Amino acid sequence: MSGPRFGPFLALSLAILRGFLRDKSSVFFAIVFPLMFLVLFGGIFGDQTNSKIDLIQVGEVALVDDLPPEAREAFQDTFEVTESDDLDAAVAEVRNGDADVAIEMVDGRLVAHYTQTDQVKAAVTQGSLRAFVDGANVAASGEPPTYSLEVERGEDKSLQTIEYVTPGLLGWAIAMSASFGAAATLQGWRQSKLLRRLQLAPVSTRTIVGARISVTVSVALVQMAIFLGVGAAFFGLTLTGSWWAAVPLLVVGTLCFMSVGLLAGSVTKTTEGAVNMANFLVLPMAFLSGSFFPLDAAPDWLQTLSKMLPLRWLNDGMLDVMVRGQGPGAALLPMGILATFAIVLTLVSARLFRWETS
Amino acid sequence: MGAIEVSDLAIAYGELKAVDGVSFEVAEGEFFGILGPNGAGKTTTLEMIEGLRKPDSGRIRVLGESPWPRRPGLLPRIGVQLQASSFFERLTAREQIHTFAALYAVHSTEADAWLERVGLVDKADTRVEDLSGGQAQRLSIACALVHDPEVVFLDEPTASLDPQARRNLWDLLSGLNDSGRTVVLTTHYMDEAEVLCDRVAIMDQGRVLRLDSPAALIRGLDAPTRITVSPGQLDADEARTLPGVDDADLRADGLVLTTRNPAAVLTRLAEREQLDGVRVQTGTLEDVFLELTGREYRA
Repeated sequence: MSGPRFGPFLALSLAILRGFLRDKSSVFFAIVFPLMFLVLFGGIFGDQTNSKIDLIQVGEVALVDDLPPEAREAFQDTFEVTESDDLDAAVAEVRNGDADVAIEMVDGRLVAHYTQTDQVKAAVTQGSLRAFVDGANVAASGEPPTYSLEVERGEDKSLQTIEYVTPGLLGWAIAMSASFGAAATLQGWRQSKLLRRLQLAPVSTRTIVGARISVTVSVALVQMAIFLGVGAAFFGLTLTGSWWAAVPLLVVGTLCFMSVGLLAGSVTKTTEGAVNMANFLVLPMAFLSGSFFPLDAAPDWLQTLSKMLPLRWLNDGMLDVMVRGQGPGAALLPMGILATFAIVLTLVSARLFRWETS
Repeated sequence: MGAIEVSDLAIAYGELKAVDGVSFEVAEGEFFGILGPNGAGKTTTLEMIEGLRKPDSGRIRVLGESPWPRRPGLLPRIGVQLQASSFFERLTAREQIHTFAALYAVHSTEADAWLERVGLVDKADTRVEDLSGGQAQRLSIACALVHDPEVVFLDEPTASLDPQARRNLWDLLSGLNDSGRTVVLTTHYMDEAEVLCDRVAIMDQGRVLRLDSPAALIRGLDAPTRITVSPGQLDADEARTLPGVDDADLRADGLVLTTRNPAAVLTRLAEREQLDGVRVQTGTLEDVFLELTGREYRA
C-alpha cells in the first residue's frame, strides 16, 4: 500500500479533519443541532407569518372602518378581524391567548391591548398597527410620508423571521464548533502528550496552528453553506446587499471563538471540563447576543452587556450584510472587534497555559 | 564522542529536586536503560535530553548538539515515544503512522514497512482507540522510528502491559539497536532492564545511584544465592550443618538455603538425592536496587 506523500500541513489538516468527522458528537453539535433550531424556528415563525393575527375590534374604530379600499385589503390580509362590544371580554381573550390583540378607539387614539407572551407576534402586531396608523395619518393630512422608511424597516425586521434567525443561529453554531473544537484539541492533545510529541517533530508551531485553524474555518464555511442553503430552499430566505462580506466576517468570528476555546482549554484540566467550560461561555452568550430571539425588548443594561460580547457583534455584522441590505463596510467594525477579542484571549490563554495538567 | 553526553543535570520544581546532579554518557549503538521507581526523575531526565524541558543547570549534548532551545536540525535525527499514547484521535493505525511519516517528510511506503515490522498489518484499519495496550505501544514505537532516527528515546514502553505483551514487545525492542541506532529506555521493571540493556543507570530521588552493565551491577552486589529445597526433604537445623550453607530458613514453599558457594551445596544435595524440585536463585537487579535504596521497591 503506498499512498501519496503529503506535506506536513496537509497531513496534519487531514488528520484533524478526519478526527472531527469521525466524532459524532462534534458533528452533531456543530451542524445538526443548530440546524434543528433553524428548522424549528423557521417552521414555527414561517407558519406564523402566513397565519393572520387574530384581532378583536371593540366598538367603532374609525381607523379601520375608514380605510381606503387598497389599505383595507392589506389590513384584512394581515388581521383576522372579529368585532365585539365588550372590552373586558376582549382583553380576557387576548390574555388567554385566544386572540392576539384587541383594539379600541379612545379620544382619537388607537389603543391596542396585547401580551408579550409571544414576543415575535407582539412585535409583528405592533409594527403592523403602527404602519396602518401612520398610513392613515398620512392619508388624513395629505403630508408626504415622513416615517415611511422606518415603517418599512420595522416590518422587514419582524415579519421575516427566517432572515433574523438564520444569521443568529449560524453565529451560535460557529461559536460552538470553533470553541469546542479548540478547547477539546488543546486539552486532548495536551493530555495524550501529542502536543509534546509534535513539539519534537520537525514541524513549526505555525504549521500546526495553521492546520487546526484551516480545518475549523473550513467547517465554519460548510456550516454557512448548509445554513444558507436550508434557509433559502425551505424557508424562503433571501440574501441582500453584500452578503459575501459575511464570509470574511465569519472567518474572523471563527478565530475569535477558537480563542474562547483556547481560554477554556487553558483554565481546565480535562477534555470534558474544557468543552463544558466552552459551552458555559457560549450558550448564555448566544442568548444575550440575540442568536435565538431579538433583544429589542430587553432592558437597557442587558443591551449594554450584550454589546460587550463578541457573538453579538458577529450576529449583528452578519445581519447587516446578509439580510439588512447594508454594504460590506458594515462588517468592518464587527471584524475589528472580533479580531481584538481573538488577540486578547489568545494572549491570555498563552499566559495561562501549562504543559502539565496537575 | 558518545551519542549522548549529560553532565551535572539538575532541575527543581519548587522545593522538590526532581533531577539532582545527573551525569552519564551513552555510546553510539548502545542500548541504555534508566531504571527506577515512579517519581525517581527518569521521565524528567529524558524530557530534558529530548529538549522538552530546560534544565536549571547542567550540560546536555545529543549527537553533539544542545537540544535546548528547540533545534529543528536535530529533531529528524531523534525519535521519541512519550509515556502516554500520543496519537491523533480517531485515526486508524495506518493513518496515524502515515501522518507521522508526513511530519518527517518520509514516504508512506516506509510507514507501511514499519507497520509490518511491528506486526500491525492486520490492525492497519483499526482506530487507535480500539487497539490493545500492547498494539498501541507497538504503533507508538513504530511512529517514533518511522524516520529511521539515529537516537531513539522510549519512555516506559511496557508500563501497564500484561506479561505476555511485555515479552512480545521485548523481542521488538531488543533488535532496535542492531543497525547501530542508540536506544535510551526508561523502565521500572528490573527484569526488563536486565534483558534489554547494555548498561543501566539506577535512579532514585533524582540521582543516579549506580551505572553499569546489568551483569556487573549484580556481580558488584555480591548477593548470596538462594537455593530452595522442596518441603519435607531436609530439616533446617541439619541443613545449617551442610558445608557452604550460611543460613537456612523454612518457608511455605520449602526450605531456603542461603549460600555463597552454590556449587558445593548443590553437590551435597545431589549426593543426598534431594535435588527434586530444587530452585536456584541468584541476585537480580531487584536485589541491587533494594540494596542501593535500602527500602521496599515501589513500583
